Amino acid sequence: MKKMKIIVLCVVMSHAVGCASLGVKPWERDVLAKEEMQLNAEGLDLTLDDHIYFSKEGTSGGRGFAGGGCGCN
Amino acid sequence: MQLTKTSKMAASLALASCQLIGAAPAQASAETSDGWQFDTAILYYGETDRISLVEGMVSATKDFGDDHIFNGKLTYDALTGASATGAVPQDYAQTFSRPSGHGQYQVAPNTTPLDDTFRDSRVQLNAQWTQPMLPNLTGSTGVHASKEYDYLSLGLNGSLAYDLNQKNTTLSVGLSYQMDSIDPVGGAPTPLSSLPSVDTSNADDDYDDEYAELNDHGERSQGQTQDKDTVDLLLGVTQVISRNMLMQFTLGLSKSDGYLNDPYKYVSVVNNLGTVQDTLYESRPDSRTKQTMYWQTKYAKGSFVGDVSYRYMLDDWEMTSHTIDTRMRFDLGNDNYIQPHLRYYQQGAVDFYRPFLLDESSLPAFVTADYRLGEMDAMTIGLKYGQTMNNGHDWAIRVEYYQQNPKNAGFIAPGSLQNQELYPSIKAMMVQFNYSF
Repeated sequence: MKKMKIIVLCVVMSHAVGCASLGVKPWERDVLAKEEMQLNAEGLDLTLDDHIYFSKEGTSGGRGFAGGGCGCN
Repeated sequence: MQLTKTSKMAASLALASCQLIGAAPAQASAETSDGWQFDTAILYYGETDRISLVEGMVSATKDFGDDHIFNGKLTYDALTGASATGAVPQDYAQTFSRPSGHGQYQVAPNTTPLDDTFRDSRVQLNAQWTQPMLPNLTGSTGVHASKEYDYLSLGLNGSLAYDLNQKNTTLSVGLSYQMDSIDPVGGAPTPLSSLPSVDTSNADDDYDDEYAELNDHGERSQGQTQDKDTVDLLLGVTQVISRNMLMQFTLGLSKSDGYLNDPYKYVSVVNNLGTVQDTLYESRPDSRTKQTMYWQTKYAKGSFVGDVSYRYMLDDWEMTSHTIDTRMRFDLGNDNYIQPHLRYYQQGAVDFYRPFLLDESSLPAFVTADYRLGEMDAMTIGLKYGQTMNNGHDWAIRVEYYQQNPKNAGFIAPGSLQNQELYPSIKAMMVQFNYSF
């Protein structure tokens, strides 16, 4: 049982250390640098979607500001 | 080729001007481009028997060097069609006055009452400036103005993004302020007051048709302008997880104060037989505070890029909602790709939502029968195909199907209302064409 606890502790610790060292070196950004990997890639699509859903649903914002900027009834 | 790629990245960074800056676009952003990047899109959105909308957007982005990026965006949309008023259907024809107070329209028996006079166009301008402030600190500020016939919206925003941990972590904060002026057609109705009585001698008056060219509802508003202010705060963390994965977590707070009614929405008052006795203008509180939690992950492997996001919202109108959005991009080679899109949305009703009121009950202070504030779920399914041409220009087309399914949040319909469809589904198609150069 004690051995089990040590193993669990090791796994947890290794994950914690892993979290602390998340990320990549500057020369490892080849994939992240792709246009389609940007969080707001396809900005016009996202803006048009936000406008539609702002007008048709009770929720807005989250990804960006919730204001909406139109009457849109 | 590298210049084109860099300017496109700068464009994508600045494009969504309503989004927090924060996703450090890798080392490529340090390069500059002298050219403008133009992104254009035209969208058709059409609901079965209801609203249809055509919206065009032109976005121009330029990197003036050292990541000093300007983005300007012009949006125009034209909307026409019919929108649910919130009134319940009956087994006989109903007559309603137009919002202008002039003229009236009839709704056929067993049909959801729709106000078919919506006709509006809107122009919006956005400008956004983004630049490094200090080492590892990027600032962005922007303005927007949007004008439609009965609505004016002016806003400004600012945000800061701080990179740390070799740009693997970015902390962002954003603030926006928006001032809206609403000038409802026919004036802002008194909440909970009855609709003007109709002139039954001329039930299918086409007065509005004659004036339809003038405005969206046929008559200039005589009423006092109403105001609404909205302040938004966003706090975000972006984290590079690995060579293939990136994550963002954002908390949002949005507070609106002022005129939050929809002046064109009604509530039917029915008796215990389900027969309409009166139709009232809706009444919403004059303040709403929304809290959002948003999480997004992007993952790339080989020819695949996946984008998954989840949003949770709750507000002081007691609405909660969940949104899951996924876009899966598959590169087909030769600069072609396809991208399926799936979105699921679910919301609970606000605490003052009532599909109808009973005449034997006392009148509540706040009530809306607007299905958009009732319980519902919605699903979007779409497919996008895109291509980069030999000259470096991109084009894409996307087709999507959107269906809303309003639900009964536990209301028991009296009498004949049990035979009516009180929560009809809304089905819409979207077709969009993009061109970037």
